[in-house]
Amino acid sequence: MTRKQRRLTMIGGAIAVLALAAALVLNALRDSIVFFSTPTMAAEKHIPPGRRFRLGGMVRPGSVVRGDRLAVTFDVTDGNATLAVAYQGILPDLFREGQGVVTEGAIDQSGVFRADTVLAKHDETYMPKDVADALKRQGHWKDDYGAKVGGAKVGGEKAASAQGAER
Amino acid sequence: MIAEAGHYALVLALGLAVIQATVPIIGARLRDLALMNVARSTAAAQMVFAVISFGALVALHVTSDFSVANVYENSHSLKPLIYKITGVWGNHEGSMLLWVLILAVFGGLVATFGGNLPTSLRAHVLAAQAWIAASFYLFILTTSNPFIRIANPPIEGRDLNPVLQDIGLAVHPPLLYLGYVGFSISFSFAIAALVEGRIDAAWARWVRPWTLMAWIFLTLGIAMGSYWAYYELGWGGWWFWDPVENASLMPWLAGTALLHSALVMEKRDALKVWTLLLAILTFSLSLLGTFLVRSGVLTSVHAFATDPRRGVFILLILCFFIGGSLSLFAWRASALKQGGLFAPISREGALVLNNLLLTTACATVLVGTLYPLVLEVLTGDKISVGAPFFNITFAPLFLPLLFAVPFGPLLAWKRGDLLGAAQRLIAADAAGLVVAAVVLAFTRGGAVFAPLAIGLGVFVIAGSLTDLAERTALFRVPLPTAVRRARGMPRSAWGTIVAHAGLGLTLIGIVCETTWSSEHIGVMKPGDVAAISGYTATLNDIGQREGPNYRELFSRFTIMEGRDLVGIMTPSKRNFTTRGSSTTEAALLARGASQLYISLGEINNDGAIVVRIYHKPLVLLIWFGALVMAFGGLLSLSDRRLRVGAPKPARASRALQPAE
Repeated sequence: MTRKQRRLTMIGGAIAVLALAAALVLNALRDSIVFFSTPTMAAEKHIPPGRRFRLGGMVRPGSVVRGDRLAVTFDVTDGNATLAVAYQGILPDLFREGQGVVTEGAIDQSGVFRADTVLAKHDETYMPKDVADALKRQGHWKDDYGAKVGGAKVGGEKAASAQGAER
Repeated sequence: MIAEAGHYALVLALGLAVIQATVPIIGARLRDLALMNVARSTAAAQMVFAVISFGALVALHVTSDFSVANVYENSHSLKPLIYKITGVWGNHEGSMLLWVLILAVFGGLVATFGGNLPTSLRAHVLAAQAWIAASFYLFILTTSNPFIRIANPPIEGRDLNPVLQDIGLAVHPPLLYLGYVGFSISFSFAIAALVEGRIDAAWARWVRPWTLMAWIFLTLGIAMGSYWAYYELGWGGWWFWDPVENASLMPWLAGTALLHSALVMEKRDALKVWTLLLAILTFSLSLLGTFLVRSGVLTSVHAFATDPRRGVFILLILCFFIGGSLSLFAWRASALKQGGLFAPISREGALVLNNLLLTTACATVLVGTLYPLVLEVLTGDKISVGAPFFNITFAPLFLPLLFAVPFGPLLAWKRGDLLGAAQRLIAADAAGLVVAAVVLAFTRGGAVFAPLAIGLGVFVIAGSLTDLAERTALFRVPLPTAVRRARGMPRSAWGTIVAHAGLGLTLIGIVCETTWSSEHIGVMKPGDVAAISGYTATLNDIGQREGPNYRELFSRFTIMEGRDLVGIMTPSKRNFTTRGSSTTEAALLARGASQLYISLGEINNDGAIVVRIYHKPLVLLIWFGALVMAFGGLLSLSDRRLRVGAPKPARASRALQPAE
């Protein structure tokens, strides 16, 4: 092989791998990303039942009802609209009424949001980013939430989530 | 007083860094030895002042001086001493100070041990290092000063986030930073090579130990962080594809590629330009990681927008170093001489494939990490890119790489024999397939893919053993001869074998854990029994007790396997009064490489408690494999050929060995 042929082989191989990677990424970006919605956005967009998305907002005070076998229902609200959420499993340590929460799942036929994941951050001053931004846009932002966010974050701190038993 | 001294030392370090960043370059232009040697003394002095500054902050935290804002916000007088010390880097300001401390120490080490480097190369390396140091000193002093006093000192501090009051935190960030910042050395060497327009095998021999060291620390840091998340967050996950984690994975992938391409450069004087580019990219990704974690852009775009000083400052540093170094690269790289030739099927070719797949995998992680941020800035849409994305992009690129791993060391330099390598790997192939078949036959559930992936892991391990057998001519010569050969093998060859085997172990651990974990969630009262994977867990009692700065709800489980007592597990839940937050302290019980894992949920009014029990088969292999990889790196680092200043082994001694 001449120098040129060798170089062409290398470049050809590189292009093949990069093309494969690009195809994988584009395919994955189409199928496996999850959009974020607040209850208001969910109502406006008429998200069809079965479509997975992330629902974020505040846990409405007084709405948490615990049932048998770790079943729990609560309402997620953003001030304008409210969506009922059903979940089965252990809630994260910082799940509390009146605090921000992000859940992932889909709306079922009866209009209840069936969550299989509930996310919370291990810091009581934390407001999930999506929730904070959404609430702020709708004018429900309270500045004391934002005061510490991002300021004293620590390197290894991670989102902790509770996954449902039926995962 | 201590705070002011620390602050002042930091300012002096900045001044020294500015001198170190300019004078040696002028010296190199003028060919003035005295000016070039300024770099050595300033680097040493800068290290001393950085140590003093960091020491001052540690002293403030240990003495609980709440008149300093940083101590007040992150410490508490009742906190155990160890967490007072680790709390120093458990916050933004302190961790940035740790970052520059490590940078200064590395600079000092290059200055101290760089006696045999060409003077102008050393001057340029230390100057490049000082540019980085100066910009970070400036960042700390202007936006994140840890030594600021409070006008009316409070009596008690606000305590450290309880999740971070853990031994894992003591170890994880320093290891990670040693890795991140360690890559700054190879970056500085790359810059120096570009400025000088000269690069050779001696350069690679200098860069490789530093890269290797940074890589070892980063490997350990990532593994430690993963294990910490596993036991501290209480739900048994060990990798979340969280942007913070990706920020450390990307430099690791690029650094692994750099390690391998530097090998080609050292041995064969080829891939020079590519190695330089990788050195630049690896440190750029480290800087990107620092930006992502430190600017707050991940936690909240809102926080980034309202207090943009920090974020924008780091973004400027990022643009300056990445943009500047890549421009320098574009301008100067063509001046470097092209290296040796090699056929596509050869050791070099295999290492190119390794580099190609590693950097491409790294690029997919980069896309997945940055895409949500870019999309939000451009369109306002919010999306989350999670595990599903990475599973279908990262894995298809990484699995072929793993399959190629055993072939690499068996191919000859320059022109290899793929068929020959494949033949020598038949035993390894067979081992992998047999294990895959056995696993397929004896397990229920899970993807069909999983046994194959385990077979792949076995193939990687058996492949590195094949490499060992080939090198020592095991089974072909009498055993004592083979043992003698194994002893005579260079440590770097041992390093390759061990590190590759570690990779196989980690793969097996990951596949087993994700495929065959079992989970039991239920509400239990004292006396209740839960069964999982052949074990029974009996809840004996639940109680409350007081810790130094928390109240603890603890429980005791007796674990039986059949009729045999296996052990006692005591998971608990801690409630930290100062911050009103709680942490889950999971209990772990190792059975071989598998683990039982119990964590507690909330307690009901009638005294029953929510319990989560996992059985995780071979989960410990994930981290054990990483330790093995790091140990392989350490073996390679101890190779005398790489040790700085060690003379080359005499050629004559090699001629005395038996001919093969």
